[in-house]
Amino acid sequence: MDTKDVLKVARLARIETTEAQAEALLPQLNNIIGWIEQLSEVDTDNVEPLANVANIELPLRKDEVSDGNCADKVLANAPDEMQGFFSVPKVVE
Amino acid sequence: MTDLTNLTISDALKGLDAKDFTAVELTQAHIDAGEAAKGLNAYITETPELAIEQAKASDARRAAGKAGALDGIPLAIKDLFCTDGVQTTAASHILEGFVPQYESTVTANLFADGAVMLGKANLDEFAMGSANTTSYFGNVINPWTREDGKDLVPGGSSGGSAAAVAARIAMGATGTDTGGSIRQPAAFCGISGIKPTYGRCSRWGTVAFASSLDQAGTFARSVEDNALLLQSMSGFDPKDSTSADIAVPDFAGALTGDVKGLRVGIPKEYKVEGMPAEIEKLWEDGIAMLKDAGAQIVDISLPHTKYALPTYYIIAPAECSSNLARYDGVRFGQRVEGEDLNEMYSKTRAEGFGDEVKRRIMIGTYALSAGYYDAYYIKAQKVRRLIAQDFDKAYEQCDVILTPTAPSAAFAIGENEGDPIKMYLNDVFTVPASLAGLPGMSIPTGLDANGLPLGMQILGKAWDEETVFRTAFALEKAANFTALPQSIVRQAA
Repeated sequence: MDTKDVLKVARLARIETTEAQAEALLPQLNNIIGWIEQLSEVDTDNVEPLANVANIELPLRKDEVSDGNCADKVLANAPDEMQGFFSVPKVVE
Repeated sequence: MTDLTNLTISDALKGLDAKDFTAVELTQAHIDAGEAAKGLNAYITETPELAIEQAKASDARRAAGKAGALDGIPLAIKDLFCTDGVQTTAASHILEGFVPQYESTVTANLFADGAVMLGKANLDEFAMGSANTTSYFGNVINPWTREDGKDLVPGGSSGGSAAAVAARIAMGATGTDTGGSIRQPAAFCGISGIKPTYGRCSRWGTVAFASSLDQAGTFARSVEDNALLLQSMSGFDPKDSTSADIAVPDFAGALTGDVKGLRVGIPKEYKVEGMPAEIEKLWEDGIAMLKDAGAQIVDISLPHTKYALPTYYIIAPAECSSNLARYDGVRFGQRVEGEDLNEMYSKTRAEGFGDEVKRRIMIGTYALSAGYYDAYYIKAQKVRRLIAQDFDKAYEQCDVILTPTAPSAAFAIGENEGDPIKMYLNDVFTVPASLAGLPGMSIPTGLDANGLPLGMQILGKAWDEETVFRTAFALEKAANFTALPQSIVRQAA
């Protein structure tokens, strides 16, 4: 990774990062990534990835409304709401 | 410490039944003890009024002959469990002021059994840390001290929960364990804690860190108390698709004390280079105790152990980067305004998250980004399978596995900072079982040269917490760990 990569990842992650911050992060991230790379020495040919140990088949439920009619609760923690909606800065001109 | 705050949960339940004291008296004693121990910073939000209200209701239920399994028992709840009407922060600035309008399944189960909530316990931010030094609401201090007088960490991420139980300001506590966040703080604070099998407790209403690893569990001062708490918290929940529809056995009923013929596996790969002599001695003592009790000791091998931590530090940050995408300043939590929506997201997240959380989000984003996904994330998932298969093979030869919980006793705040990997190594013995989804318990069995507690870890087969409890109970009896944090000893004197 170089500073440009750090800034790119920060942009993807939507975390505002200055060039100076990215430079400070760079050695830490490279250190961690270098350490992680020891996995490349493990032979994983013909090994299926394990996404979740639960091995539980995802259960299906009936497609019916079981909740709702609680707009007040949904909006109770909204930083900014207006007439029953979440209010955010304009996206489309 | 008073007589009431030093009781175990099982003794307190007997005392409540015998009318030796009321739930209100028991709760008030813990609130008072908490006031006196504020310096530990074990809680982010204290709820004394709610606690007294719950205790009054509990006394009424008991008088009416309708007491539940944990009726009147005051607990600390890790501030990662959403609690209806009580601020839930995950120790992050980004969630400061967030008041859930619903109750997590785990806390709902505890309340249905009559438990009382003293407050929301401090933790590492979003449960990311091994020392409880990443909380936006300040460090938690371990009630144990060493001679140099420096403040020690309680371990993490469930540091506030562990410190509260050790300091006798809560009778028990909930925790969550993603890579060791219950077992390591239990060991650092000289108490017991269990992470059950992945899927035993519902994750619904628990703030997510790494969903394929996160699992709720318990802290208490005895193995039996942990069994009582876990009994209440466990069980199938249709609201969590990874919660298992498997009957919950009677955990306390497993505490027979009989381990004759039990096969205890000792993994050679856990004898890591540079392991302190005291940890090695603790392990040997633990082995001898179980052997004396009639268990059979079996040498086993878990060949991929050394790859567990790097595997974890791909999978956990990857899942964290995905889970934490929801904190964008739109629907709840902190918001920092920006020129446009993207700027609002970026400013909100830059200000709302702490350094360790940002570091992990960025590692995870990198590991999941185009061009690196196969090399990092898929590779880690493959190694994860090999690690799980190691355990499957080992359990053909043994019933439980015995290891130290952590490679050291509690360290001072500031030690191990600066180098993230050094901090990550705290979890070298706990992470493999997390990746395999297996139950693990830590119980205190000895002290180091500084008089600090050390813990032994017992790992079990999936869905076999009973054998973990049975082994832990036998080890608890043999170890007869009675040491108390120095602050508690001083109060008693």
